[in-house]
Amino acid sequence: MSNFTTPTNLVSIEQSSDAKITVNGTSTQATFTVKAGLAQMLKGGVIMDVVNADQARIAEEAGAVAVMALERVPADIRKEGGVSRMSDPKMIREIQSAVSIPVMAKVRIGHFVEAQILEQIGIDYIDESEVLTPADEQYHINKHNFKIPFVCGAKNLGEALRRISEGAAMIRTKGEPGTGNVVEAVRHMRTITSEIKKASIMSDEELFGYAKELQAPYHLLKETAKLKRLPVVNFSAGGIATPADAAMMMQLGCDGVFVGSGIFKSGDPSKRAKAIVQAVTHYNDTKILAEVSEGLGEAMVGINIDTLPDNQLMSKRGW
Amino acid sequence: MISKVALQGAFLEHIHILQRIPQVSRAVPVRNIEQLNSIDALIIPGGESTAIALVAERSGLIEPLREFVRSKPTWGTCAGMILLANKANKTKKGGQSLIGGLDITVNRNEFGSQINSFESAIQIQHITTSSSDLFPAVFIRAPIISSINSPDVAVLARLQCNTVETDVSAIVAVKQGHLLATAFHPELTNDDRLHRFFVKVVLDFLNEKKKEL
Repeated sequence: MSNFTTPTNLVSIEQSSDAKITVNGTSTQATFTVKAGLAQMLKGGVIMDVVNADQARIAEEAGAVAVMALERVPADIRKEGGVSRMSDPKMIREIQSAVSIPVMAKVRIGHFVEAQILEQIGIDYIDESEVLTPADEQYHINKHNFKIPFVCGAKNLGEALRRISEGAAMIRTKGEPGTGNVVEAVRHMRTITSEIKKASIMSDEELFGYAKELQAPYHLLKETAKLKRLPVVNFSAGGIATPADAAMMMQLGCDGVFVGSGIFKSGDPSKRAKAIVQAVTHYNDTKILAEVSEGLGEAMVGINIDTLPDNQLMSKRGW
Repeated sequence: MISKVALQGAFLEHIHILQRIPQVSRAVPVRNIEQLNSIDALIIPGGESTAIALVAERSGLIEPLREFVRSKPTWGTCAGMILLANKANKTKKGGQSLIGGLDITVNRNEFGSQINSFESAIQIQHITTSSSDLFPAVFIRAPIISSINSPDVAVLARLQCNTVETDVSAIVAVKQGHLLATAFHPELTNDDRLHRFFVKVVLDFLNEKKKEL
């Protein structure tokens, strides 16, 4: 797809291409401007995993910019095992009617029919997610075919650009979901940042070679090198459990954060959710970070990732 | 001289446009009272209005923002327009805090979920000059103005297309004195005419103030 255009004003460089202006009296839906635009509106915010309408209300009251509806949070998926799939549309509908903020939901990697069902029930964003059991070990969903925007996970620049070329309008670094351990989120964010830095000083010849090495489309790599950031909104995810974790990911340069098990697997979900929202807004204000980190009760227990067997690593799913 | 509430949302996009306008000496994000007190004018960006309101409340900014809006030029886009309205429908359960200032009622999320978000070219008073000269308006889970509650509020733009079940004449941009509100996102386009218009509103306002002194 060579028709990719970077969301306007994501960076300060003046861009020549612009949203196509529609003819008087008509409107166009599902353009890339509209898909990527919602992600631009979510920047500086926290998206929270919820499994029912009550949790969704707690998230909304805490100041979440969106909720992710799923049947089990990653920590429980790890504990209980088995195949995990798209949530029951009935549960998603209940969440949709409980809150006024955008509702996202997950589909299995490559499962385009689950995505068709979510589009049918009017979800706001689809997460093609490694947290669920992959449905296709070769192909991801062709996301250009959908009117609903997609967010996808990535561990490195190549993976991020492959997802964008498939039509993703937003990226999140994968981290290691359900562990309460931020180490993988940090690794993935730092990897992407350093690969972008490397690309930004390359000549065209070098970029052709680097595109081959990253297995990324050349035109997207060139755009990334020019912008000095991913050409869509990029959130952090996977293992964020404390306000400090969230603020660290913001200081490392992400546009916002997803918090999964970290909130509703902790001692006082409402208080922790509010604290994480404050931490993301004021991520550079250490006085506020210290205040909101106080007396949050028990954090989720957490897992050391080097004790997990390779086949239980979710971040290795997706290609 | 112009600043933005940087609590949450697309504030960098606004700043990137403002930086291209020569009359703007400084465009900075605002997260606390000291920053708010240092600026001449404010843009409240698109984002999630519930999240912006809750964070503003917890950061002790709601009252200072109300004071600011009463006395200085402010422009709200999308979520920012909701916050500037005196009344909002279809809010979260239990309602939400508003900054207020504009004598209008807004319907949040008028068009439905993201699948009904859209782009449309519209005419805007003071901005577009003819029916062939249009402004690219991007509506994302957008609100509309459902009623105007004071003769002081001037309608700048109406939606000119049939979208879902919403009235074709839905009001999507208004001005009341030094306050401006748009239901759509000029910061998601390269068209900077509305930003230039707001800068002019600010400069006129500052000149008036000088004369009074």
